[in-house]
Amino acid sequence: MIITTDNLTRKFGEHLAVDRLTLQIDEGEVFGFLGPNGAGKTTTVRMLTSLIAPTSGTATVLGYRVGRDDQNIRRHVGILTETPGLYDRLSAWRNLTIYGRLYEVKDVAGQVEKYLRLLGLWERRYDAVGTFSKGMRQKLAIARALLHEPRLLFLDEPTAALDPEAAKLVRGFIVELRKEGRTIFICTHNLDEADRLCDRIAVFKGQLRVVDTPAGLRQNLYGRQVVFHLAESPAPYLTRVEALPYVKRAQVVDNKLILALDQPEQRNPELIRLLVTAGASIQFVGELRHSLEDVYLQLVAAG
Amino acid sequence: MDKIKTIIEKEWAEVFKNRLVLFTVIFLPLFFTALSLIILVLVGSGDSTEATMDTADMPEQFARGVCQGIGGADCLQVFIGSQFMVMFMLLPVLIPVTIASYSIVGEKTTRSLEALLATPITTIQLLVGKGLAAAIPAVVATWLGFAIYMVGTALVSNSSVFGRLFGPLWLLAILVLGPLLAVLAVALAVMVSSRVSDPRVAEQLSAVVVIPIVLFMLGQTAGFIVLNTQIILLLVPIFVLIDAGLTYLAVKTFERENILTRWK
Repeated sequence: MIITTDNLTRKFGEHLAVDRLTLQIDEGEVFGFLGPNGAGKTTTVRMLTSLIAPTSGTATVLGYRVGRDDQNIRRHVGILTETPGLYDRLSAWRNLTIYGRLYEVKDVAGQVEKYLRLLGLWERRYDAVGTFSKGMRQKLAIARALLHEPRLLFLDEPTAALDPEAAKLVRGFIVELRKEGRTIFICTHNLDEADRLCDRIAVFKGQLRVVDTPAGLRQNLYGRQVVFHLAESPAPYLTRVEALPYVKRAQVVDNKLILALDQPEQRNPELIRLLVTAGASIQFVGELRHSLEDVYLQLVAAG
Repeated sequence: MDKIKTIIEKEWAEVFKNRLVLFTVIFLPLFFTALSLIILVLVGSGDSTEATMDTADMPEQFARGVCQGIGGADCLQVFIGSQFMVMFMLLPVLIPVTIASYSIVGEKTTRSLEALLATPITTIQLLVGKGLAAAIPAVVATWLGFAIYMVGTALVSNSSVFGRLFGPLWLLAILVLGPLLAVLAVALAVMVSSRVSDPRVAEQLSAVVVIPIVLFMLGQTAGFIVLNTQIILLLVPIFVLIDAGLTYLAVKTFERENILTRWK
């Protein structure tokens, strides 16, 4: 486990920002941390990066204990803060050089060049950061978080406020980082992004609601559903399929017959045969995929 | 040490791109030095009768102690020159207050402090770096201004005036007390800056530190106080203690958590 928390709690006065968070994150995992504004996501990241101390509970990051080995945690993790927080009057090169030295990087110039080139900022390296677009600033902040080659990276809203092109670029870069085997902890509002990038997702609102893979979240909430598109109304076949023991639910919407069932890979051939024998004209068969947004909204609303 | 050096370089690279800070660091010492020299030249060019009349208005203690063996015009030059010396005590206070206020509150307004605090830098390294980045230019600017003032005085006055003005008293005051005042101003600016969100407010609040020096200046002009080497020697350990206490308080009150969670 690269991150382990046990009843991690943080209070601000009477306000309970993070309530008994217990989770484990494996090495190499891309872990999404989803929650509405004010849910305590940034507070959690700040605790896990040793920026603020927990009120109670424990957390271990990269084998170092939060609150006891804070310098080591800061030395070995990378963080993209919610706002890039760059020095606008300084050049991109200067910004990264400063952080390279603060992170005790051995070959500062080499690392700065590597990441400026990787993120497409090399040509603008001597320009003041104040002249950069939001996307460029975000890329520079990501470069800053990677200079010391951390095994664990915290990304707080990495694509927030970026235009679609810049967001796509940043997401592509996260995919590359994942291929390198780095563990990435992403706080995001962007559910589509979480769905595409994350191995597991935690839905968090002060307390941990659920942790699972994106597919697991869908399945637990909605089960698996298969949709049969017919040329005519499926109403005449409804009672027949409902009688099947493995069909949990059956529903007709326009010309679609929607069936909730386990293991559709095994059941679909039989269902298709049955419907065709009964005279149905099947046009398409597919799995009904609920968006992560539906899952998220249901989970957040439940609390 | 490397991290402190990095912070100092970062501060200088950033803060000196701010026109107000640059103006304060360059213009103030030049203005004080030029003003002092112009007044000194004007006083020195007056006739001796006027000068004798004016020396009668000088604090008795000053005229008796410092002016023995020199003429009225020279004594007046020494008196006026001494008043301006106190101005060089203002520089190590005013300059670092401006730099430190912009440096710390600047991190707040650009929201760059979180990324900085996420690095393996300790609070002491950060504050020492920021403090030195504010104090060093102030001390250097003061010393340079003072050196120009010395050269100028040597050119516009005679050796007896020069000898009386630049004795151990003022050398000790500028070379030793000046840096101590700079440290005091920085510590105060750090404490204030940690709690406000506008650099100008931080600067104005921190600038209260000049009040005792201005009062001292007025006291000396009015003849209530005449600065001498003994007073300076007494002030040095007092300021060392005050600086140590204020620096300790500045580090203690710079709470990373509160600053991160309460700065909005």
